[in-house]
Amino acid sequence: MSWINSRRVAIGVALVLLATLPVWIGNPYYINVSSQILLFAVFALALNVLVGYGGLVSLGHAGLFAMAGYTGALMLDAGHGHFVAILAALVVTLATSAVFGVLALRSTGIGFLMITLALGQIVWGIAYRWAGLTNGDNGVNVTTRPAPLGISLASADYFYYATLVVFLIAVATMAVFVRSPFGAALRGTRDQARRMNALGYNVWLIRFLAFLFSGFWSGVAGLLFIYYNQFISPQVSALTTSAEALLMVISGGTATLLGPIIGSALVVIMKNVVSAYIERWNLVLGVIFVLIISFMPEGLVPGSVRLWRTGWQALWSRLSAPAARKTGEQGP
Amino acid sequence: MTALAVNALCKSFEGLRVTANVNLSVQPGERRLIIGPNGAGKTTLFNLITGEIAPDSGSITLFDRDITRVPSSHRAHFGMARTYQIITLFAHDTILRNVTLALLGLSPLRWNPLIDLDQQHDLVVRAHEALVRVGLDHIAERPLSQTSYGERRRVEIAMALAQNPKVLLLDEPFAGLSIDERRDVQELLRAIPRAVTIVMIEHNMDVALDFAERITLLHFGEVIMEGTRAEVVADPRTKEVYLGH
Repeated sequence: MSWINSRRVAIGVALVLLATLPVWIGNPYYINVSSQILLFAVFALALNVLVGYGGLVSLGHAGLFAMAGYTGALMLDAGHGHFVAILAALVVTLATSAVFGVLALRSTGIGFLMITLALGQIVWGIAYRWAGLTNGDNGVNVTTRPAPLGISLASADYFYYATLVVFLIAVATMAVFVRSPFGAALRGTRDQARRMNALGYNVWLIRFLAFLFSGFWSGVAGLLFIYYNQFISPQVSALTTSAEALLMVISGGTATLLGPIIGSALVVIMKNVVSAYIERWNLVLGVIFVLIISFMPEGLVPGSVRLWRTGWQALWSRLSAPAARKTGEQGP
Repeated sequence: MTALAVNALCKSFEGLRVTANVNLSVQPGERRLIIGPNGAGKTTLFNLITGEIAPDSGSITLFDRDITRVPSSHRAHFGMARTYQIITLFAHDTILRNVTLALLGLSPLRWNPLIDLDQQHDLVVRAHEALVRVGLDHIAERPLSQTSYGERRRVEIAMALAQNPKVLLLDEPFAGLSIDERRDVQELLRAIPRAVTIVMIEHNMDVALDFAERITLLHFGEVIMEGTRAEVVADPRTKEVYLGH
């Protein structure tokens, strides 16, 4: 079976497993954990556009995630419908992304990281201190979930399926994006910005548009988050949320589509499942990250592929060595 | 009409003058060599011409069009291409993808996020054609990380030629090459049609003098002299600046 065929089979099996997950998991708690994995995977995929394909490490994406969440929650709280709330949330997130992008893209590397961190903290400061708007530490409740096509998303099963649909759209969009000329141009700006400029690419504009794209999907993830939790508080916009998303991307593997999804699963499972059994689950998570960085510095997905190939080659050479010796013994 | 003209160009870095009132006039189709000892300001001059750094004063024209304030990325669209002294390629990609990126740089397709780049047959065919010109098409699918230094030099030139430039700036294209590789690149440069004006920085006088029609000698950011190959070689200032005696 060729590489492409085995990949198609793997994608097919993954889709079947995801589509039937509520059936074989059964327990609503674990279905909700799965919804969390998918919504954080959308967030990690969005961040991966900048970190993995653009080489721009952001520590301020929680600001964009929370901006969508707060806008949606406040619009609903003000009595608007879900459609208007979602639309407003995405428009506000895009506008915020544009401001973040203009300010942060004055620099790259550590400078970019520090500016995004500062911008994220500004959003956190507004959420925490502007209590008249955001209700401060008490947060904002989201009393209802939308009912697309008349289907209520109140149950764990239906909310999971709605999240799965958004997740699959996000993955498909990212897959098209990374294979496109624009995706190639973004990777080029990561690897050789100076050369790309000389070749006729507007490096700043490419990075800015990528920032908007990343911001948009962060906003989508933020909306999923408020509908999942039916609540938002300043903690969502804190630095820890940005750092967690970054850890999802780095631990899974930057510049891959599967990496951020695996990273999201790792972090969400540690937070929700392992924490029920191990009090110091943060310590376990830290040890896992240290092990990943030590043995698979490129991340779990590319690292596993590398180990699989190395192991397969070693096995193949061990199997073929006796046969070669036998042939040599029978030689002239 | 001049292909490339530099008029009274000046540039200083925190008080250190690296380009001092430089004037340069290159005719269409000309092969111009820029020489000078290390630190003479040759690469800085290239960076000023390509817009990677902005001059303090003076002007640059490309086919009589003032491009002094034109952003660096726009100059490629006006027909200017360059290679780098330190090879600047996309190490994670194949040779073919490197050249495709060069072609994409001038195509409106570069903004398209919806189509598959590998399915853009026109770009791929043109990339192969550029690689045929530099004799690398047989290893087009090879990752750049698995190529020799000489092959990478030729990829640099292929990327520049793929853009069909009117003015080609070559920054030490023979640097670090073996004798055989040097001969290959020399033949490659000779085969470039006269429609392309070439300005080249080079230290290797054996190959560079053979290539050049006119030579500009730079020293401490100033043009010391300019003339035909015979004039510059015969001038005692060349020996003094270049050989130190």
